[in-house]
Amino acid sequence: MTILVLGLVLGGTYALLALGLTIQYGIARIMNLAYGEMTLAAAFVLVFLFNQLGLPPLLSILFVAPAGYVTGWLLYTVMMRPLVARSGGGGKLELDSILATFGLLFVVQGLLLLFFGSNFTSISYLDRGVSVFGVTVALNRLIAFAVCIVAGGGLALALTRTRWGLIMRAVALTPGSAPLVGIDVTRVARQAFALGTALAAIGGTSVAMYQTFSATDGVVFTMKALVIVIMGGVGNVPGALAAGFALGLIETFVATVIDPGLTLAATFAIFLIVLLWRPEGLFGRRA
Amino acid sequence: MTGHSRRAFMHAAATCSLLALTLSGTAALADDHTVKIGYAIAKTGPNATGAGITTLPNYQLWVSKVNEAGGLAMPDGSKRMIEVVEYDDRSSNEDLVRAIERLATQDNVDIILPPWGTGANLAIAPLMDRFGYPQLAVTAVTDKAPEFAARWKRSFWMLGGGHDYAVGLADALTAARDAGTINGKIAMVSVADGFGIDLVNGARPAFADAGFEVVYDKSYPLGTSDFAAILNEAKDSGADSFVAFSYPPGSFGMTKTAQSISYNPKVFYIGVGGAFPIYAKIADGKQQGVMSIGGVNAESEAIQTYFQDHIDSAGAPPDSWASAITFASLQMLEQAVERVGLDHEQLAAELSTGTFDTIIGEVKLEDNQLRDLWWVGQWQDGAFKGVNPADKAGASSPIIPKPEW
Amino acid sequence: MIALGVALVGLVALAALPFYLSDYGLGLMIGMAGYVTLASAWALFSGQTRYISLATVAFYGVGAYTIAVLNETMAYPAALACAGLIGAGLALLVGLSTLRLSGIYFVIFTFGLAELVRQVITWFEVNVTGTLGRYIFLDITAREIYWQLLALGAFTIALTAWIMRRRLGLALRVIGDDETVAAHSGIDLARTKLTAFVLSATIITLAGAISSPRWTYVEPLIVFNPNVSFLTVIMALLGGANRLWGPLFGAVPLFLLFEWLSVQFPDTYPVILGLLFIGVVFLLPDGILGGLARLTGRNGKAAR
Repeated sequence: MTILVLGLVLGGTYALLALGLTIQYGIARIMNLAYGEMTLAAAFVLVFLFNQLGLPPLLSILFVAPAGYVTGWLLYTVMMRPLVARSGGGGKLELDSILATFGLLFVVQGLLLLFFGSNFTSISYLDRGVSVFGVTVALNRLIAFAVCIVAGGGLALALTRTRWGLIMRAVALTPGSAPLVGIDVTRVARQAFALGTALAAIGGTSVAMYQTFSATDGVVFTMKALVIVIMGGVGNVPGALAAGFALGLIETFVATVIDPGLTLAATFAIFLIVLLWRPEGLFGRRA
Repeated sequence: MTGHSRRAFMHAAATCSLLALTLSGTAALADDHTVKIGYAIAKTGPNATGAGITTLPNYQLWVSKVNEAGGLAMPDGSKRMIEVVEYDDRSSNEDLVRAIERLATQDNVDIILPPWGTGANLAIAPLMDRFGYPQLAVTAVTDKAPEFAARWKRSFWMLGGGHDYAVGLADALTAARDAGTINGKIAMVSVADGFGIDLVNGARPAFADAGFEVVYDKSYPLGTSDFAAILNEAKDSGADSFVAFSYPPGSFGMTKTAQSISYNPKVFYIGVGGAFPIYAKIADGKQQGVMSIGGVNAESEAIQTYFQDHIDSAGAPPDSWASAITFASLQMLEQAVERVGLDHEQLAAELSTGTFDTIIGEVKLEDNQLRDLWWVGQWQDGAFKGVNPADKAGASSPIIPKPEW
Repeated sequence: MIALGVALVGLVALAALPFYLSDYGLGLMIGMAGYVTLASAWALFSGQTRYISLATVAFYGVGAYTIAVLNETMAYPAALACAGLIGAGLALLVGLSTLRLSGIYFVIFTFGLAELVRQVITWFEVNVTGTLGRYIFLDITAREIYWQLLALGAFTIALTAWIMRRRLGLALRVIGDDETVAAHSGIDLARTKLTAFVLSATIITLAGAISSPRWTYVEPLIVFNPNVSFLTVIMALLGGANRLWGPLFGAVPLFLLFEWLSVQFPDTYPVILGLLFIGVVFLLPDGILGGLARLTGRNGKAAR
């Protein structure tokens, strides 16, 4: 029971981190290596708002998320769009986006270091325990879990049930033929990228609530998110949720039953095995 | 943190506006009367955090203090201003090694200050030795310090080894157990990294010799961010003492998790980070009784002045483990230069044999090592005080059991 | 033939350089030789086939770690040979298991691999040998390291040149252009890819092994620094990964740029670096050599 509850709660925080990336990569086709830095930036902003203005973290999500959306929108328009236009839909975009966002990673990290310093940052917010089925869980983790369920569930519903979602999925599946049915691929991709950044920002705000972080931690988040995205299937929101939960359960299981020293090794081993089993890598060089 | 953020913002703004000026070339006004002091330190990458807390603010504080006083005093009574040559090693030893070569052979600096971290200090030790520079390695914890001091004659090791800290902790716990305050069981976790392993390897025999039973003994990988599973296991282990040889993210994460699951062992000991000023914030003001590595003599006036200076200069108090020692090492350097000048051989000899008056009291190295250190400290009334060695001047007596969170 | 002559003369000149350089100059040359070797070796497989590998540091780190483990029990050349063999073995294993992967999945796999190797070594050291952090006390001077790296780099470029003219090189290029076509034209995909991958990985392992005595102290966190993988990719791509001299022309300027930036702007260096990087992606999409070829009006396609 302990493993189940702790694992699911941990998995929720993981899944929340991965949602934005899966949308950015799946629909906008941008492999965003600066994803973790965007998450961190939001976390820093949240802490700043909390410390300077006394804004409650849950409330500032309402500001940070739209800000993330606007940032993502601008980034896509200024930086990604020219690359997309240049690649003409080919595989070159993958490469270019990796390189360009790698540069972005440095820029954001550098700015964070300049503005917030290299110190560990943390706030204490809702840091008390709540009993769930007899297992004590930190309330802020539980909130992250709830945010994840709401955001992930809402997103999954929107993608499957609405016309907007249909268009999104059409672009994700066949970006080449979507224009044939009158879809403005650029607009959709921009929306997806912006939405992904907003989700990254939401993920960042929840990270700030329960974890100590510093300006150089971004890569860690990107890696975790990437593992989940790939395991769940690129662009697949329910998949990302499932993979996040699975990862949380596995880590907790390994830490409790086998050896805490092997949690990360287990994560990567399972990830690699899943990767080898997945048919996506089998045929065709690109989707 | 509040003041720190604002300061950081102003600093950033200043840097940005300075950038334009700097772009036009930084040919420093290197006249013969300045003393060139160089260092390469992690300003980016994973080591930047540690360097930014413990090492860099002290370098900056010391340089500005010396320069405000008219410069570094020479044996002939003259004073020379300090000119700093600073590089970013990007947390990579390859870059670090090259930067040291540059400082020594290109910039011909008079003195090289050490980088942050055990690995970094070891990486440059052979080079410093070859170029003849004295190396005051402060942020390096290694049991092999005696061996290194013998191998590289001008290297000085000032933070002890993992074994020392482990024995100190065993010592403090034994006293509490013999007094009947805690039982003989210990739950112990360690980070899977050179530092954690050094400590845990020292701790196992030390606890065994002291008659303790280690009922939970696991390592976890660096980068772990969730400690709920580990702490639940420790909680169920029946041990009165929880010992974590951890790095800051782990120390902080475990503290928060312990609070949220109401894990209240009678002894709660964490590794690096426990002595950081931010710890009080992490623990939400409930840090009373938490034990960790290091400590300071909080009653000492010199330490109190130093804390205030550090706050004025860096916008935050120093950490209570290696910060004061870092600053003390710079004071030693300053006094040694005043006595013998900048000749490396004489400087090294003076550092090795001289007696110095520093903020941590009178310092005299033994076999090129600082041995008069605090092994265990504890948060008491808002300050992180040294509690072991119990017979060291200024030692506070430990509060065991720790009050509940 | 003339090109070969020039290359040889250049090599001799480079080999003689340490006699004229300061220690810092030599340090720079070591760094450059190291990254040219890494980038060239990386391009040997990834540049031709366009399989972007982020496993560079997995092999590099294994090489360094092997030396750290063996340097007390074994003569240096023997340890070096062991490192090469271990690297080749690991590459064979990885190559066999990733044959089916392509595109982004291969990228992610190789990245995950580097992390997995680090975690497993860490766990093994902690739980089985009970030490972490090893010391390398070898009497190898910086000059000797430089010469070894230079030789390895020259060998890599020569090997690439040789392969590019052989069937293997042609096969790799066809795979890079279109794997389906390659399979239809009777190319043994598995063998071709595997050969190139193992060659490339072995060289990278050796580069790590040769560089390691410069660090004195080695632990997994230090040797498995993911930045090495990223930098290698960036350098090779910047120069033009599918050209023989591309990696060299990417590695040298980028390396010098890093150095200059960290000296001039230690505080704002990451921001400037990132901006430059983005600029390069936008302005030099085909790499420096491709850009040069376009500028001088020569047909850039020839080298494809």
